[in-house]
Amino acid sequence: MSAPAIFASLLDFRRLDQAATGDSFLHRLDARAKVLATLAFIVCVMSFGRYEVAGLLPYFAFPILACAVARVPLALVARQAALVLPVALLIGLPNPFFDREALLQLGGTVISGGWVSMVSIALRALLAALASIVLVALTGFPQICASLERLGMPKALAVQLLFLYRYLGVLGEEAQRMNTAYELRSNGAALTLGHFGSLAGRLLSRTWDRAERIYLAMCARGFTGDFVTGRGSRFGLADALFLAAVVTASVLLRTQGFVHWLGAVALGGQP
Amino acid sequence: MGVVSAGALAWCSRRLRQRRDDRRVPLMGVLGAFLFAAQMINFSIPGTGSSGHLGGGLLLAILLGPEAAFLVVASVLIVQALFFADGGLLALGCNVFNLGFLPAFVGYPVYRLVAGQSPAPARATAAALVAAIVSLQLGAIAVVAETVASGISALPLETFALFMLPIHLAIGIVEGLVTAAIVSSVHATRPHILASAPHTGASVAAPAAGILAAALLLGCVGAWFASSAPDGLEWSIARTAAAADLSQRASPAHESLARIQQATAVLPDYGFAGESEAASRPDDQRLGTSLAGLVGGCLTLGVACAVGIALRFRPGRR
Repeated sequence: MSAPAIFASLLDFRRLDQAATGDSFLHRLDARAKVLATLAFIVCVMSFGRYEVAGLLPYFAFPILACAVARVPLALVARQAALVLPVALLIGLPNPFFDREALLQLGGTVISGGWVSMVSIALRALLAALASIVLVALTGFPQICASLERLGMPKALAVQLLFLYRYLGVLGEEAQRMNTAYELRSNGAALTLGHFGSLAGRLLSRTWDRAERIYLAMCARGFTGDFVTGRGSRFGLADALFLAAVVTASVLLRTQGFVHWLGAVALGGQP
Repeated sequence: MGVVSAGALAWCSRRLRQRRDDRRVPLMGVLGAFLFAAQMINFSIPGTGSSGHLGGGLLLAILLGPEAAFLVVASVLIVQALFFADGGLLALGCNVFNLGFLPAFVGYPVYRLVAGQSPAPARATAAALVAAIVSLQLGAIAVVAETVASGISALPLETFALFMLPIHLAIGIVEGLVTAAIVSSVHATRPHILASAPHTGASVAAPAAGILAAALLLGCVGAWFASSAPDGLEWSIARTAAAADLSQRASPAHESLARIQQATAVLPDYGFAGESEAASRPDDQRLGTSLAGLVGGCLTLGVACAVGIALRFRPGRR
């Protein structure tokens, strides 16, 4: 990714953050239900065979509907999720070269298995990315960390994640400013390795000092060594129903040939 | 590999909590953000015209000690996977091991071995170079091992390794130079930072080696349930696949492993690049790509979009 693209994704990160402060039915659900539902969704999507394309399509309904119900901008989520496509396509790239066995015939064109599996990889990557970003947009990172901790993640890691999340924006913007400053002073020359070393070294020194100030600020506010990572929220009936619904739908879509039935009916044949 | 990484994380977390060094907590968090931000800045690699960015595992280990560094790198990878769709959730276990565990628990002891306490700049540079090369070569080997052990790839081991190792040698050199550059810059401006870093050298080497061996073994076994094509392989895969003939050769070992996997795996069809069940499940394949299937899929999607639009523009609080 180019520098502007990376910094643009930082801005999207902030917007995702904001989306999580919304107030809809989905926002109000217990974070654990949402985390587990996302997990079930991803597991089902990943469990398809390598040539599966059609069966994956209905799964896009989940993020679409979730964004619609929660009033989260779908474009924002889709933009973030689409970042995964270049990597996924690259991983799938060898497939059309090696899997030339014809698999599908559409009219007069024969499509080989290699292309199908490449598309399948891309779709699955996209679905997994959409799922995780929708989760973040609906739940907010601190809540996700809290729920993961209640589901068993070690506390030191949870605290680390929360701090990282809190200061990501701050340091990202500082790095962006340094990058811009360098570009303005370098007359178009690319950043060399040596200069990056000093640049990063300066950023590191400032970061270290900042950490000192943060620690002193925490002590001044009564920090005694223990962290509270989130309010307890109760796992209620609505949460259980939501989780059950998502898991059931995901599993049914995976195991029943719903799409083929629908398509066959639409094409006028027998189901 | 997810299991291995998770176990290592739990162990490190416990060790860190036992230390009860509260000052380190915000420091680790902020250094994680620093790593994230520093990785965003690309620099040009002399002589090649391509650009690279900092990896950072070794640097963090020098500054924080291995356990904390491992935790910080893991957190950065987790956030990248969740927020930035970068690296993929499924490759997370492998990435945490390759990019976090290896530099912290193998690379760093090597660094300490070569550099000793408070090294002169030249010696520190040499040490960083050696350590980075070692940890990246091991990382490359680990990736090859993980890919092969997962059974998803018919890429021949030798050719794959032949491409991975030289590339990662070059990456290791760059990483070592960048790490050394940053360390020397910090040494010039704030030497106390380096002086306050925990010096856990030789005492970590022996358990690290043991853990590494056990982890690689576990990884090969555990890879039945985890792993997709790991990160950073695209170039190697494309080149290797181009060099080799990739018709599905089912060797006896592969077949028996596949049988065991079918019996024990929760997700028999798991895999990004897919398993080789092409011969055994022809119906699924045809179902998956039949025209009816595609029509049905598009119809479902269309209905979902329509419902979504209707919901989106329903009256109510915005």
